[in-house]
Amino acid sequence: MTSELDIFVGNTTLIDEDVYRLWLDGYSVSDAVALRVRSGILEQTGATAAVLQSDTMDHYRTFHMLERLLHAPPKLLHQLIFQIPPSRQALLIERYYAFDEAFVREVLGKKLSKGTKKDLDDISTKTGITLKSCRRQFDNFKRVFKVVEEMRGSLVDNIQQHFLLSDRLARDYAAIVFFANNRFETGKKKLQYLSFGDFAYCAELMIQNWTLGAVGEAPTHPDSQVDDMDVDLDKEFLQDLKELKMLVADKDLLDLHKSLVCTALRGKLGVFSEMEANFKNLSRGLVNVAAKLTHNKDVRDLFVDLVEKFVEPCRSDHWPLSDVRLFLNQYSASVHSLDGFRHQALWDRYMGTLRGCLLRLYHD
Amino acid sequence: MPGKLKVKIVAGRHLPVMDRASDLTDAFVEVKFGNTTFKTDVYLKSLNPQWNSEWFKFEVDDEDLQDEPLQITVLDHDTYSANDAIGKVYIDIDPLLYSEAATVISGWFPIYDTIHGIRGEINVVVKVDLFNDLNRFRQSSCGVKFFCTTSIPKCYRAVIIHGFVEELVVNEDPEYQWIDRIRTPRASNEARQRLISLMSGELQRKIGLKVLEMRGNAVVGYLQCFDLEGESGLVVRAIGTACTLDKLSSPAAFLPACSSPSKEMKESPLVHPPSHGCRSTHNSPIHTATGSRLTQNFSVSVPTLIYTGMGSGSAGKEGGPFKALLRQQTQSALEQREFPFFTLTAFPPGFLVHVGGVVSARSVKLLDRIHNPAFVGIMGNTRSYKLLDWNSFNSDEPETRDAWWAEIRQEIKSHAKALGCHAVVGYSESTSICEEVCILSASGTAAVLNPRFLQDGTMEGCLEQRLEENLPAGCGFCHIPYDELNMPFPAHLTYCYNCRKQKVPDVLFTTIDLPIDATVIGKGCLIQARLCRLKKKAQAEANATAISNLLPFMEYEVHTQLMNKLKLKGMNALFGLRIQITVGENMLMGLASATGVYLAALPTPGGIQIAGKTPNDGSYEQHISHMQKKINDTIAKNKELYEISPPDISEEIIGSPIPEPRQRSRLLRSQSESSDEVTELDLSHGKKDAFVLEIDDTDAMEDVHSLLTDVPPPSGFYSCNTEIMPGINNWTSEIQMFTSVRVIRLSSLNLTNQALNKNFNDLCENLLKSLYFKLRSMIPCCLCHVNFTVSLPEDELIQVTVTAVAITFDKNQALQTAKTHVEKSLQRASTDNEELLQFPLELCSDSLPSHPFPPAKEHLESASSNSGIPAAQRDRCSSWIELIKLKAQTIRRGSIKTTVTVEKASPMGEGNFRNRSTPPCANSTVGVVKMTPLSFIPGAKITKYLGIINMFFIRETTSLREEGGVSGFLHAFIAEVFAMVRAHVAALGGNAVVSYIMKQCVFMENPNKNQAQCLINVSGDAVVFVRESELEVVSTQQPTTNCPPSCAGGEVTT
Repeated sequence: MTSELDIFVGNTTLIDEDVYRLWLDGYSVSDAVALRVRSGILEQTGATAAVLQSDTMDHYRTFHMLERLLHAPPKLLHQLIFQIPPSRQALLIERYYAFDEAFVREVLGKKLSKGTKKDLDDISTKTGITLKSCRRQFDNFKRVFKVVEEMRGSLVDNIQQHFLLSDRLARDYAAIVFFANNRFETGKKKLQYLSFGDFAYCAELMIQNWTLGAVGEAPTHPDSQVDDMDVDLDKEFLQDLKELKMLVADKDLLDLHKSLVCTALRGKLGVFSEMEANFKNLSRGLVNVAAKLTHNKDVRDLFVDLVEKFVEPCRSDHWPLSDVRLFLNQYSASVHSLDGFRHQALWDRYMGTLRGCLLRLYHD
Repeated sequence: MPGKLKVKIVAGRHLPVMDRASDLTDAFVEVKFGNTTFKTDVYLKSLNPQWNSEWFKFEVDDEDLQDEPLQITVLDHDTYSANDAIGKVYIDIDPLLYSEAATVISGWFPIYDTIHGIRGEINVVVKVDLFNDLNRFRQSSCGVKFFCTTSIPKCYRAVIIHGFVEELVVNEDPEYQWIDRIRTPRASNEARQRLISLMSGELQRKIGLKVLEMRGNAVVGYLQCFDLEGESGLVVRAIGTACTLDKLSSPAAFLPACSSPSKEMKESPLVHPPSHGCRSTHNSPIHTATGSRLTQNFSVSVPTLIYTGMGSGSAGKEGGPFKALLRQQTQSALEQREFPFFTLTAFPPGFLVHVGGVVSARSVKLLDRIHNPAFVGIMGNTRSYKLLDWNSFNSDEPETRDAWWAEIRQEIKSHAKALGCHAVVGYSESTSICEEVCILSASGTAAVLNPRFLQDGTMEGCLEQRLEENLPAGCGFCHIPYDELNMPFPAHLTYCYNCRKQKVPDVLFTTIDLPIDATVIGKGCLIQARLCRLKKKAQAEANATAISNLLPFMEYEVHTQLMNKLKLKGMNALFGLRIQITVGENMLMGLASATGVYLAALPTPGGIQIAGKTPNDGSYEQHISHMQKKINDTIAKNKELYEISPPDISEEIIGSPIPEPRQRSRLLRSQSESSDEVTELDLSHGKKDAFVLEIDDTDAMEDVHSLLTDVPPPSGFYSCNTEIMPGINNWTSEIQMFTSVRVIRLSSLNLTNQALNKNFNDLCENLLKSLYFKLRSMIPCCLCHVNFTVSLPEDELIQVTVTAVAITFDKNQALQTAKTHVEKSLQRASTDNEELLQFPLELCSDSLPSHPFPPAKEHLESASSNSGIPAAQRDRCSSWIELIKLKAQTIRRGSIKTTVTVEKASPMGEGNFRNRSTPPCANSTVGVVKMTPLSFIPGAKITKYLGIINMFFIRETTSLREEGGVSGFLHAFIAEVFAMVRAHVAALGGNAVVSYIMKQCVFMENPNKNQAQCLINVSGDAVVFVRESELEVVSTQQPTTNCPPSCAGGEVTT
């Protein structure tokens, strides 16, 4: 006696959250059954393995049919085939678009192309995430990227509108899209200590301040969808950053800057002497990073540079985070007192964001 | 030209990409009704076209309005080649033809293609202007309302229940026409869908005409079926119960509505009567039948119960004369009818007087090919299949089928007579076809009815008044309707445990729902008998004979199994019994489902005793006693499980007045088999009602084993195949209707009956287990209206289809009720006794006086106030359902908290999200449409019936593997069928389908060719319901699963 056909169709589509997770995680039906057995469900419910197998198959089939709709979540809302309560629809979408930290760290900043897709095997081996799940996550990134890439208006809003994600997840996707578009290098060894959250935080700041969308009107204002683009960095701004170079090129200015900072921080900083000794290096590092951003290649290396030029030196001198904060605040603010320096607004736009990023990046 | 149909095509969405080059579609729409077609403009390059067409107007006869579906075809325009069809929508405009139903059909309909399934949606608006037609000889029957519901619909009152209406129409099946060889599968499927749609329309119209003739205005319990006879054609047949219904003005009024009849009737349960014994007779196993076309005619009646009741003997003398009078009256009312049958399964209070038992008849027929060359000629013509065409060609066909059914009905009628009943209720008909053999089956419950509903009440006044003196009842329907001294079969009668005045049988089998006023102890449960018998492959007449020979044995065995399982559950009555016999190439399958209950009026069932045949063998003895112990344990466990604890008062009181000596009830073997039974065991020393199973051969062993293999549902689950679960009456509002299909392939080697039985049994049991597992999140809940259908699509395949609804209930409340229930029944029993003392003392003077009963009146009052079916309230609350609803509602209010927590159960649980805001998709635009096989929706009030939904779909694929194999294919198809039903209901302005039934699910596969085909036929009543909480509490929280009232309006928009 073999089962040829075995289905269950409810007027309201049954969604089992646990099975959904197993499916998302890319387990085959038999693996999923084994995992469910291990969870002790048979004992709890008195069911048999055959029942579990049939149930799992059924759910997998349903998810498979739903997958097509999940690729364009608004379709899930308007379709008539599966009657699913709104809260469940939200759950389906949210979970489908959720991703693994380990995976996203591997892919963040890479081009979402066929080539990268081919590397998924390695990523799967490295992270222990099933290949199937890697593919889903990768395809999600790519799908979102494709849809919002050329779109005007706020990146987060666009993602939310087209994929019906929660605010949090939409922000994460905005970061992924932003990184993929600008191809920031995140995979270098010295960047390994950074989490996706760190990068996402920086991305958000950069989107708010350094993109075309950030120009002019208040960037966070939801109505400012006129002409702004959140995905690309503001080229003009990057060009202008060259002007900051005089802060380190002009020796007087650099000395003045240093003395302003040192005066203000004396006695307040645990690592004052180290700071004093390193001031010029640090300042050169930060300003040079800015000046180099005209080249795409250097844009990609932004995070590597920041870590090399600022985070690592401070860390080797054991600066506590509070000292870093004090220093950066003072470092940014003191520029306003430099009479010979005319690019105050530019400096603020650059340093405001950079300060936020550096503070976030400064940890072990 | 009495009608104008107006159609507007608004827009489309989610269309498939038809042009690969542009990834877009140039869509336009053809709107066709009868022979008139309109087209919209082509909307270029869009998957979401906005046609916004003018109003297309069709001027048509109302006859056509009833017969024809509106056909909407969406196409992709192609300049150079033929336009490609995207898909179609058929809209039945019947609901627009009654005054009270829908006034407009408007909404998004899935665009359906028989090869690709649903491909996008189309927004359509349909209206009808009807002109009054005073022509008396009209052919249409617009205005007659149809209901699938097998009880009087909730917002109506039955003025008169006229009785049985039936009709059938026949046509050649397009799939078997010569042209089918040269047309595409799509064209063939569409021809079939359209033909069946036409035939259903015609059938409905004809039935409507009959109803008008009877001066009725509605058909209740309308059941339409298709017989796919293959080469010999396609039969569409329908039965129903003609009624005159009155719309209740305000929804609140429906209480009185039902109760007004009940008021009078209520006390009138006339006279006593019926009961049932258990018997199984087989008359005339085979007669050779008429003419050459049908070879065998064979019928079995398995009545099961007896009935009778005339006031003969000691039975209530008071009742006697009235009873006779009543009987006369009823008879005259019924005798005017050819078939006093009723497809209803639930009745207005007082309608059902006594129940006699199940009557059934089967007949094996050979289907004959239609030889009609002229016919083929016409059909080949591409014109539409106008029904007149084929009517004129094979006009003899319907008659043949009519004659077949008439024969069967006649037999049913005579079986009912034999049980002393003049009517059959809960009547249904079915067929099973394999190749050219067809088994026709009919079954119902013999009953005595109250004449008041059957005619314009003229003469009842006095009668009723006098009858009112008789005791009310809860037990009246159990009393035997037949004459005790002249019983049609041996049975064991006792005095009713409730009123103690009338005789009742020891077991009662019926096809109806549990009457609302019946007193039940404990809970009910689903009981199934399952059976397979191998048969030789044979051709034509030999095959029919073989089947005919097997049928009586199958009936008998099914009956035995049911009886055994019933005893094992410690119960004494079956409701909703449905026995399905399915014929296949090399086997017959029997599946009986029913809901077992413990009726307080019937005696406590005895246990089951096992007797061995070779008492000297020690180890054998041991084995037997081991089995016996197991059985006893199971019975005890079941009693506990189903909370069956009848008041223990019976023995002395009831024991003695029975004239017969203590009689054991044992399985009655049919004549044919009794020759095998050699020994008569003397078991009279045993417990009085012991039910004896003789283990004399392996078959019997197997029986016993199978008895014990049925596993009870996990705790928190109950199941039944009736509308309502006896003993549970505090439903909460969550419902989940589902269909589950399983097909197993038998290993063809060494198939024995035993192996087959085991496979089949496992299949059903596993299916049930899977259901329990899947629905575990709803616990505590009850599977209601569990409907199993078995078919044998191929040699080694068995297909089982189950449709049911899971309904949650409040556990705490249930416990409480259960407790009071028991108390109540205790008290009730005593009350009854006390009342009893007041007059028929002489009957039982020996036994009664020894039991002084406490004054029970006030107990009764108090008990009834918290119990489910308060006797005292019965006058006010006419229907049990009503009560349930009231109850459910109070409960809901009390338990809002729990509901809410369940619902917000962490939509997202991932740890790596920081703060969450509500996802933006909280408001979906698609309104929720509930579906249920029941006639009601827990916690809600049906405010309007919008019309019948009757849909037939075919789906075919030539890429089975790509669609996920047979499971993927059928899963998707059933989901699509649900979607289309919901869309139609929503377009009518409804938010639920009640009395939903999947009448057919024919699945055929050819994996080698990567092909499969499936036909599904579903029906139900589209309704508008309103949550009771919304009626009273002004917008308090409402569980989100409910449809908000606003979507009751149903227009689904983007």
